[in-house]
Amino acid sequence: MMLRFALRRLASLVPTLFGLSILLFAWLRLLPGDPARSLLGQRATPESIERVNESYGFNDPLLQQYLKYIWALLQGDLGTSISLKEPVLTAFWDKLPATIELTVVALIFAVVIGIPLGYYAGRHQGGWTDTAVVSTSLLGVVVPVFFLAIILKYIFAIQLGLFETANRQSSRIDAEHPTNFYVLDGIITGNLGASWDALLHLVLPGIALGTIPFAIIVRITRASVSEVVHEDFVRTAESKGLAASTINRRHVLRNALLPVVTTIGLQLGLLLSGAVLTETVFSLGGIGQYLFDAITVRDYPVLQGFILFIALMYALINLVVDLSYGLIDPRVRVS
Amino acid sequence: MTVPLTVSPTLALPEEPGESLWRGAWKRLRRSPMAIIGASIVLLFVLVALLAPVLAPYEPASSEWTELSTPTFVQGPTSEHLLGIDRWGSDMLTQLLYGARQSLIIGVVSTLIGLIAGAVLGTLAGGLGGWVDTLIMRFVDIMLSIPSLLLAISIAAALGKSSYALMIAIGVAQVPIFARLLRGSMLSQSKSDYVLAANALGLHKRTIVMNHILPNSLGPTIVQATLNLATAIIEVAALSFLGLGQSDPAVAEWGRMIVSGQDRFLVAPWLSFYPGICIAITALGFTLFGEALREALDPKQRR
Repeated sequence: MMLRFALRRLASLVPTLFGLSILLFAWLRLLPGDPARSLLGQRATPESIERVNESYGFNDPLLQQYLKYIWALLQGDLGTSISLKEPVLTAFWDKLPATIELTVVALIFAVVIGIPLGYYAGRHQGGWTDTAVVSTSLLGVVVPVFFLAIILKYIFAIQLGLFETANRQSSRIDAEHPTNFYVLDGIITGNLGASWDALLHLVLPGIALGTIPFAIIVRITRASVSEVVHEDFVRTAESKGLAASTINRRHVLRNALLPVVTTIGLQLGLLLSGAVLTETVFSLGGIGQYLFDAITVRDYPVLQGFILFIALMYALINLVVDLSYGLIDPRVRVS
Repeated sequence: MTVPLTVSPTLALPEEPGESLWRGAWKRLRRSPMAIIGASIVLLFVLVALLAPVLAPYEPASSEWTELSTPTFVQGPTSEHLLGIDRWGSDMLTQLLYGARQSLIIGVVSTLIGLIAGAVLGTLAGGLGGWVDTLIMRFVDIMLSIPSLLLAISIAAALGKSSYALMIAIGVAQVPIFARLLRGSMLSQSKSDYVLAANALGLHKRTIVMNHILPNSLGPTIVQATLNLATAIIEVAALSFLGLGQSDPAVAEWGRMIVSGQDRFLVAPWLSFYPGICIAITALGFTLFGEALREALDPKQRR
């Protein structure tokens, strides 16, 4: 049942991604801007531009270019970066760990702080703690991520010297990187100091990036909790004489978390775009920063490959979220 | 068709006789402190943007005081320059006031682009249904599969460095949200009794959609537009922060003012702080007002 649902959802992804690849391809090609020129710089001669266009196949008919692109794509080849001369997929695997680490830290921050705060505010609605929590979450919505990143950097890294201002690891640390997940690498190679150092580098960017999902998680949890506590089954549980902690855990929290889980899934798209900004402020060298560099030089293969990949990840994550529904709420499993 | 004249007014009556949804919403808005604070901030922001030339003490984008902004020293607040000197040697207050203009223009125009294009697509999808609906919604799904800021970044990067590029990029990135929202509320409206009644009266389908379903579905879209103004203003700043948009550093834009302050960050952090605070306050205004509007329009809140 679950499997068939998962397969059907996966199948419905195919036309979306196919359509996306066409749109991306057509659209990026038709817009102004010449990759050969931005690659060669201001002093490019017409001949050298022609040579670049020829070697990358930019002179072929669009349809032919697209078919070639899609054929390579099906074989797992996202093309070769024009500016860096390396396969897009290689660069992607190379940089993805940094972004995943950042996103995970951000999400942990948002969930670990957001759900309890939202829960507390929801149970004490109207009180001053509630007002304080709601106001804080509002700040998370209105303060731009990159500005928050700058403020955090100023206060906690520059003024107080508690955390690092840039990069993924201090240069004095001599660490091996078998997986490129720096925190994990330290644990694998038994170099816990390196892990700790990498983690310290992630705290501020993680908090800055995490405030977007944090704000939303707080508000959804609060709204959801304050709705669930008025449900009949909570009253029933109370009249059965169940302990307050049991009611809160088994009835209120479990039911209130359902919309929160969906929200967390939906936040991942926001996190990926926020990562572009945060990685830039803290020079973390993840896919966000790489994507931005690709944009500035109009590196088409990188742009296409990355957006497609992100869309695929985004869709897969949403699938996982939908499936995890069934684990939390048995009612969803049936329908 | 002469019959409906006596019938339709009774049918079209809202649940509370004599009070329309919008009038009720207005009443609730005036009582909400959130709405009043939000509206005041928005009003202040619009006034500042419009009156920037009158309010600003100096000419914008002048480099009169370049010697007061060096890598080792930046002039802070004085009686002549209430907020000090900016990165390029102009009066900070003047630049901030003019920055409101950029934010307002780009924010409003981009949201209008998103709203209008999204509304057209949503109305077509929700009103016509069938294959048009399928086609449009597939397209919307594809666009929604890319995070909106990434979409805006790639569009702006492709269009080149100008304010227009920002408007189009941020506007287009909002289209799918509005299209889906409007279609959704039109679909839910189309099942209500007054549509059934209008159908029974034999009204033309286009009349039903345009005169009955559409106006009644606009509420959530307008709320979303207000909230999107906040997002748009933040996104303008984000794109400028990444080096997209207007390439002339002299034109005051809050996002870029944050970036340009970065190389003097250790000496004068306020170069980045002031414009950042402006963005946050403006976004706060639109968010508060939008949230208050959402609550005021919520049918559950009536009574």
